[in-house]
Amino acid sequence: MNQILVLAKKEFRSYFDSPVAYVVITLFLIIAGWQFSSTMFLNNTADLRALFSITKFILLFFIPAVSMRLFSEEKRGGTLEILMTLPVKDWKLVMGKFLAAYALILVTLVLTGIHYISISSMGNPDFGASMGGYIGLALVVGVYLSIGIFTSSLTENQIVAFIMAFVIIFIFFMLDKLVFLMPGFLANILEFLSIDYHYNNISRGVIDSRNLIYYFSMIFMFLFLTVQVLESRKWK
Amino acid sequence: MISVQNLTKYYGTSLAVDNISFDIAKGTVVGFLGPNGAGKSTTVRIITCYLAPTSGTVQVDDNDVMTESLEVRKKIGYLPESAPLYYDMNVVDHIKFVQSMRQGSAVSNGHRVKEVIDICGLGGVIRKNVAELSKGYRQRLGLAQALVHDPEILILDEPTVGLDPNQIIEIRNLITELGKEKTIILCSHILPEVEATCGRVLIINEGKIVADGTPAELQSSFEGKGRIIIQAKNNLDPFIEKSTQIAGIERIVQTRTITENLKEIDFETVKGIDPREDIFRLCIENQTVLLEMKREETSLEDIFRQLTGKEQLQ
Repeated sequence: MNQILVLAKKEFRSYFDSPVAYVVITLFLIIAGWQFSSTMFLNNTADLRALFSITKFILLFFIPAVSMRLFSEEKRGGTLEILMTLPVKDWKLVMGKFLAAYALILVTLVLTGIHYISISSMGNPDFGASMGGYIGLALVVGVYLSIGIFTSSLTENQIVAFIMAFVIIFIFFMLDKLVFLMPGFLANILEFLSIDYHYNNISRGVIDSRNLIYYFSMIFMFLFLTVQVLESRKWK
Repeated sequence: MISVQNLTKYYGTSLAVDNISFDIAKGTVVGFLGPNGAGKSTTVRIITCYLAPTSGTVQVDDNDVMTESLEVRKKIGYLPESAPLYYDMNVVDHIKFVQSMRQGSAVSNGHRVKEVIDICGLGGVIRKNVAELSKGYRQRLGLAQALVHDPEILILDEPTVGLDPNQIIEIRNLITELGKEKTIILCSHILPEVEATCGRVLIINEGKIVADGTPAELQSSFEGKGRIIIQAKNNLDPFIEKSTQIAGIERIVQTRTITENLKEIDFETVKGIDPREDIFRLCIENQTVLLEMKREETSLEDIFRQLTGKEQLQ
């Protein structure tokens, strides 16, 4: 097991050693479950589409809450100095922390699978569409988290990290809702930059390379920026 | 082993380290002594690869801190100022975490973990959370995490701040013990600490090295005017009058009357001449009874004050 995994394991554990993990998982499941099941019978369809759209929205708040401590806490506590004088490359530290937060959110998402089981007993949900929805969500989570870890590296104040992450994610989330105001060429660009536009494609069960490239390049870009921020202490 | 050449560091526009150069030989214990804000921490942060120099080079065993930073970091064990630690971990997990990160594998070397726990005297608290530890134990844990990979170089930034006198002695003894086989840099603004543990002292002030040498060397090279303090009785007035004519006595700083007949006289002496014998002869000649005579040398503390112009010292 290399350094990335050692760090990821430690960070993952520290979510569970503090109330963070329990609060996140419990609140998330309650809110998502309540929102989903309260409209389930009204929709009268056996699918998880309503769950996914509410989840995307709740994660807007939850992911900055999970990611805000990742570097801010180390900066404030001074432990960054211990971490960064270990013989470990900066990008490995970023990856380790990213994976730990990712794992926590994925655990939470897996737990929402209970709703799939419950609707399976009542109807015949489309397995492919459901899986597509989950894959899409996992990619969205990756983008949200990479933004969150980036803002966490900018400040030693967790609240500031939370708010900055929320605002940036919210902008990317809203982009495709504004396109009708824009002239054509700009609309296309905004649409392509929007997190939701690509999600809608994937959640229909169509996984296009364009969508995957979008998600992976967003994740890569924000993680890359995070590494740059960490290295900025070494700028002359 | 550590070679620093023309090191300069600016934070924005403020100058923290001003063109310093020094070499540290393998196996020496070097004290960085200076008032708060003198540039000690900045210098060690550059040596440990946490910060980059604005200009100049730092090499550890011919590895440059900028271009071969990972190699340098492998050789150094570092206890940052005020011992930052992960408060949500327990002591043994903390040591294991740092060890695993250093070796890049989760399989911990339990033997070495046990060894550093013993060295640092953490045996009684291994299952305690860092948040519950006293300041003294936190410093020890900080030291343990710096020692876990058995580094050739140990860099300790103010390791005894906030400890009680007994803990300070313990940490100092530990440093002396470790200094037998490792190269150690010890940052401190506490003089007795550096005097007690270090074979070489660099006094840093306002980003510059203002003195460099063994404590004894510093003392002799800065030895200026010494002091001789005597207590004598009987026939004092003529004695005092004549005493100023003794070669080597510059002046009488003060005389203090203890009882009517007994006085304490404080002489300032010229550098390089020892007038004690003459003082003794004068006493006999004058039938003055000499009760006490002592010579005071310039202490490291005086040198430090002289060089850094700071008054408040511990």
